[in-house]
Amino acid sequence: MANLMPINHGQAVPRADLPIFEFDQLRESLLEISRYGYIVQFFGYEDDGELFVLAVMRLEDQLLAGCAKLPASYPALTIKQPKFNLFERELAEQFGIKPLGHPWLKMVRYQPNQRNVPDVFGNDYREDIPGRYPYFKVEGEEVHEVAVGPIHAGIIEPGHFRFQCIGERVLHLEISHGYQHRGVEQLLIKASQQRQPFIVENIAGDTTLANSISYSQAIEALGGLTVSQEAMTIRTIALELERLANHVGDLGAMSGDVAFTPPAAFCGRMRGEFLNLLLLLSGNRFGKGLIRPGGAAFPSGSRELTAIKAKLHELRPEVEHCIELLLTAHTVLSRFERCGIVSREAANGLGLVGPVGRASWQPYDARQDFPNERYADLPPCPWEHPTGDVLARARIRAAEISHSFDILNILLADGGKTAAQLPEIHKLTPSAMVVTINEAWRGELSHCLLTDTNGRIIRYKVKDPSFHNWSGLEIALRDEEISDFPINNKSFNLSYCGMDL
Amino acid sequence: MKYPKEPVNLPPSYRGRPTIHPCAAEIIEECAAHCPQNAINAHTGSIDLGRCLFCGLCEQISAGKFVTFSQDFGLSCAERDQLITTGDLPELARHSKKHFKKLFGRSLQLRQVCAGGCNSCEADINVLATPAYDLSRFGIAYVASPRHADGIHVTGPVTRNMRTALLTAFEAVPAPRVVIASGACAISGGPFFGSNEVSAGLDSIIPVDLYIPGCPPHPLTTLHALLNFFK
Repeated sequence: MANLMPINHGQAVPRADLPIFEFDQLRESLLEISRYGYIVQFFGYEDDGELFVLAVMRLEDQLLAGCAKLPASYPALTIKQPKFNLFERELAEQFGIKPLGHPWLKMVRYQPNQRNVPDVFGNDYREDIPGRYPYFKVEGEEVHEVAVGPIHAGIIEPGHFRFQCIGERVLHLEISHGYQHRGVEQLLIKASQQRQPFIVENIAGDTTLANSISYSQAIEALGGLTVSQEAMTIRTIALELERLANHVGDLGAMSGDVAFTPPAAFCGRMRGEFLNLLLLLSGNRFGKGLIRPGGAAFPSGSRELTAIKAKLHELRPEVEHCIELLLTAHTVLSRFERCGIVSREAANGLGLVGPVGRASWQPYDARQDFPNERYADLPPCPWEHPTGDVLARARIRAAEISHSFDILNILLADGGKTAAQLPEIHKLTPSAMVVTINEAWRGELSHCLLTDTNGRIIRYKVKDPSFHNWSGLEIALRDEEISDFPINNKSFNLSYCGMDL
Repeated sequence: MKYPKEPVNLPPSYRGRPTIHPCAAEIIEECAAHCPQNAINAHTGSIDLGRCLFCGLCEQISAGKFVTFSQDFGLSCAERDQLITTGDLPELARHSKKHFKKLFGRSLQLRQVCAGGCNSCEADINVLATPAYDLSRFGIAYVASPRHADGIHVTGPVTRNMRTALLTAFEAVPAPRVVIASGACAISGGPFFGSNEVSAGLDSIIPVDLYIPGCPPHPLTTLHALLNFFK
């Protein structure tokens, strides 16, 4: 057994201090830790022509890290621990390493591996993605298949859903990704430092702030920058506004999907009000351009904060009234209750995170367990034992909305004044590693950066919470009616572009 | 919202059409050197709104000497090179193709295709359907089937993995059809330019009739474009 090294999030670690184990040793340790712990990062990187894997595990409020040299193939960890499923498939796709005995070795994003070694999946990447993959198929006289996407009926991102049904009943749902793949991780290494924040902000537009905070914290750790308390206040305010906009919008969308139109219309309007508060802070409705390493790019002070405070004061009763309307309507409850249950065992086994995880008995909230920015000074979000269904996912969102209003009041009372900040090129600590963890509105978001002996970034790994949670949606749909897919999907509302990178 | 009958005022923090001021060459050069999108041409002093993310860095760096961003949200153009501007943009209404107004002026159905967008373009198109904007009052609607559509409204830098699906949707739209490129990504690859997983813009794949700049375009920018180009 290998002893992994305890590390802190948001702090640079000299890479020489990271233990490098025999792969088998690391594998044993990871299997042991993941019985009670969860994966934050598990990815490959090349250094001096050799290929390594870096694992960062979360065990209660501790982070444990370790590396190993990667063999060309190894016995898959997924067989014993399903939490590794997508991580191992990603490693196979990005570096051509084969996890032997993996129960469903399928590509993640459809991209050729970075080492020009034979493809693990047998794909020819000159061909287009559609139709080249044998989906899991249920056979039988009355079984039928429903294929949806990549282009969906509404104005949303592309992805493919393949349902195996018997009548209305869904036996199995399989989701395929990769349509949104823009090559973010590799572009971040290739691009100049002045471009990086703009690429990061556009990984997922609805998670702009969580991504730009995660990036900034990493550069701050590697560049030895300090951030003022005032700037942290503005950053935390912005992140909570992002959470509010998305949660309110999603509750409205769920209401619309069960044809209960008043909250759908109100929430759509109120979501825009939160976005307009971000416009006030940054000039962009999604907060693009606001957060930069060292603080915030735009000046803000009492004028902005007073305006935000007044608007939130006006919005809070409206939002809460609207949620009450939604969550007390019998017609809504009859659709939400006992629909799309993800059991505690399943959620734990898949390592679900964020509101989706919390709705299925996974209380982990990175704001409490790995606090940064201003979260150590703020009260935690109350969490009650949930029911794992669509209703639980809606109720968790409602509770988080109230909590966000509460903590925004505290932050706005604290005030904060930030000066305009012009971009600088920061010299990064050579041969170092940093992992940042933030609670985005969908759950744990983590960026991990490695630098070489010249302080150049050699690996930039992004893990969106959706990477954990898409398999939760697949499980939620089992034995449900296919007509309940939309409300289940909205109750998760996962990111395609965050997943596809 | 009474727009377009009554004007709407966006807050001063909103960055719309840039106003370019005469200033020393060194100032423009410095702005050009810092522009993450290489959108500023230091020789001509122009900004390419098809690449611009409206981040406001050039305004900050030049302390407003080279450029200040106005609250004018009417940014869209019918030709790609019209987006390369020294401050003025041609009036969209007069540059649209006349037969489009005749064909689609009273009823326009669009199929939106997200081809690698980060979801903010899509989110701000969806906003047009909310009661505040109420797009259907203009006879404009987003439809599910390309067969029911008069054109496609594309967002995202057209990833390699979405190219085929995009072309299939485009070909399914009966002619005559319109093609709209919306957001910096669809116009030029946006912040992802240089990645070998994305295209250099939608018009490198199919001809584009209408360009709507922004990252993402403000809902009013899109509304302004649709009304002026088709109505």
